[in-house]
Amino acid sequence: MTTLTAPRSSVELAANRKSIHPGRVMVWTLLFIGGVIMVTPLLFMFSTSLKSAGQVYDLRLIPAAPTLDNYVKVLSDGRFMRWFFNSTFVALCVTLSNVFFDSLVGYTLAKFDFRGRYLVFIAILSTLMIPTEMLVIPWYLMSAQFGWIDTYWGIMFPGMMTAFGTFLMKQFFESVPDDFLEAARVDGLNEFTIWWRIAMPMVVPAISALAIFTFLGNWTAFFWPLIVTNSRELYTLPVGLSSFAVEQSIQWEMIMTGAALATIPTLLVFLVLQRFIVRGVMLAGLKG
Amino acid sequence: MASIELEGLVKRYGLTTAVHGIDLTIKDGEFVVFVGPSGCGKSTTLRMIAGLEDISGGVLRIGDDVVNQREPKQRNIAMVFQNYAIYPHMTVGQNIGFGLYTSKLSKAEKRTRILEAAEVLGLEDLLERRPAALSGGQRQRVAIGRAMVRDPVAFLFDEPLSNLDAQLRSAMRIEIKRLHQRLGTTIVYVTHDQIEAMTMADRIVVMRDGRILQVGSPTELYENPVDIFTARFIGSPSMNLIDASATGERISIAGGTIPGSAKDLSGAIKVGVRPHDLTIGEAEKGGFSVSGAVSAVEPLGSETLVHLDIEGAPVIATAPGRVVPQVGSTVTAHAEPGALYIFDAISEKALGRL
Repeated sequence: MTTLTAPRSSVELAANRKSIHPGRVMVWTLLFIGGVIMVTPLLFMFSTSLKSAGQVYDLRLIPAAPTLDNYVKVLSDGRFMRWFFNSTFVALCVTLSNVFFDSLVGYTLAKFDFRGRYLVFIAILSTLMIPTEMLVIPWYLMSAQFGWIDTYWGIMFPGMMTAFGTFLMKQFFESVPDDFLEAARVDGLNEFTIWWRIAMPMVVPAISALAIFTFLGNWTAFFWPLIVTNSRELYTLPVGLSSFAVEQSIQWEMIMTGAALATIPTLLVFLVLQRFIVRGVMLAGLKG
Repeated sequence: MASIELEGLVKRYGLTTAVHGIDLTIKDGEFVVFVGPSGCGKSTTLRMIAGLEDISGGVLRIGDDVVNQREPKQRNIAMVFQNYAIYPHMTVGQNIGFGLYTSKLSKAEKRTRILEAAEVLGLEDLLERRPAALSGGQRQRVAIGRAMVRDPVAFLFDEPLSNLDAQLRSAMRIEIKRLHQRLGTTIVYVTHDQIEAMTMADRIVVMRDGRILQVGSPTELYENPVDIFTARFIGSPSMNLIDASATGERISIAGGTIPGSAKDLSGAIKVGVRPHDLTIGEAEKGGFSVSGAVSAVEPLGSETLVHLDIEGAPVIATAPGRVVPQVGSTVTAHAEPGALYIFDAISEKALGRL
């Protein structure tokens, strides 16, 4: 006797798909808890920025009497806009420099066979093992000798090219098939044009990841800009905001307002480029 | 257009020699196909002609000029790669036009050339598309278009059809052949597929282990192979080889008979017969005949390939399309006089036809 199995209906299949697996519940719960832990400080920052000085220690998330006075005060203070400009300028310059130089060196290491290539790569990689705190003193001495203290260049120069960016770009350029470059060589292009016109457009996801991480890293940089700048006009946003705490006996509502304003560009970057960030993190195997 | 001359061309990678001093003259407008198994040095030779590999020894001439030290761009040759190498971030039109990137032509002239190439290759309606939206055959045409617009002295093709399915490959073979007839430009084409070599080439260069074994027209190579390697490489299915011994007067073979004398032969030899020359049925007027059990059959429609077991040696014969012998049955196959190839069993060199 032959047993026939009736084909399962689409409704039944859909129901199966929706059935809740215990493992899935656990994952979602953990993700939810993680999400709450990460979002709460952000919400408190925005909440505090909407409170008056007297309400700061009232820990309610939704302020009793929300006010935009802090934003008016911060934005009408010329210093804040100057620091905002400084941060933007420094982060943009360093990002462009990283994209250019890290890609150029990464491409050279990935696609040109020259004596000592491996040694150069190892030398660059080995700098990743030196903590920033150790480098700060030589950087400072160098800045002092070259007259870079309290200049934009002084803030920017240590990050203009990074070992991490070079490594990241090298890995991506290795995935570009040589045929593309050789075809361009046969077509008569010089090596720089091949890199710029052919290789670079083929690693856009890597460039996006590098640009985003570099921009965010420099936007939030605090330690080195604090050391290398003296005049308030050259402070970057994080350094400038920290001065609120020192000079004005910790005005939390002002600090939080400044921080909220400083966060907006990074939030915008994330919202607009979310696709690239996720892809970049996945491709580069990085943690955010 | 130009001739290409290879004079003792050598390529070394450290202590390994990939190409052992090959000599070849490719005439102006000729379609030459380099064929051989993987690692035989055919692609390396092509890349030396292109200027993508340094030449370790010998002389390479394009036209009257020695070009050993010239960069690829200074050789005015165009190359089509196996994976097409069309740029994914550019449209079809931009890809084709990229061949003219360094050209001093005006924008209008460039546009005209792009349109001409697109028309020849049937790409007029696809000029604004990106490569990702094209089929394999269309991508290959774009790659050829990029080579065409430059009006080079020679085209180099490096296994350009390997990534296509069988049907498309067959269609593209004809297209490339037509293109050659139309443009008349010198073409050097590398493949490991002997069918491509046979169907397209004016002359075939068979390579093995970095050396040229034989150069000749497809018919010459098919009819008069210089050794067992070439004999088996050219022709599909491959030539059958049967161990035999020559006694000076006759040739003895397991499971079959070879009529006629073998005056100049003695010792161990190999007898070759192409499957298409070996047909199922009794010999009518002498010739070679062999009997064996049918181990497998491959009906192809127009003919049937019959795999025979001749005293332990596998042999392929052919039968008319509608004749499909029973597996396990014993059949006789025969070949007409003159269809046998005799090779020395040790040196594997050809000794003549019988």
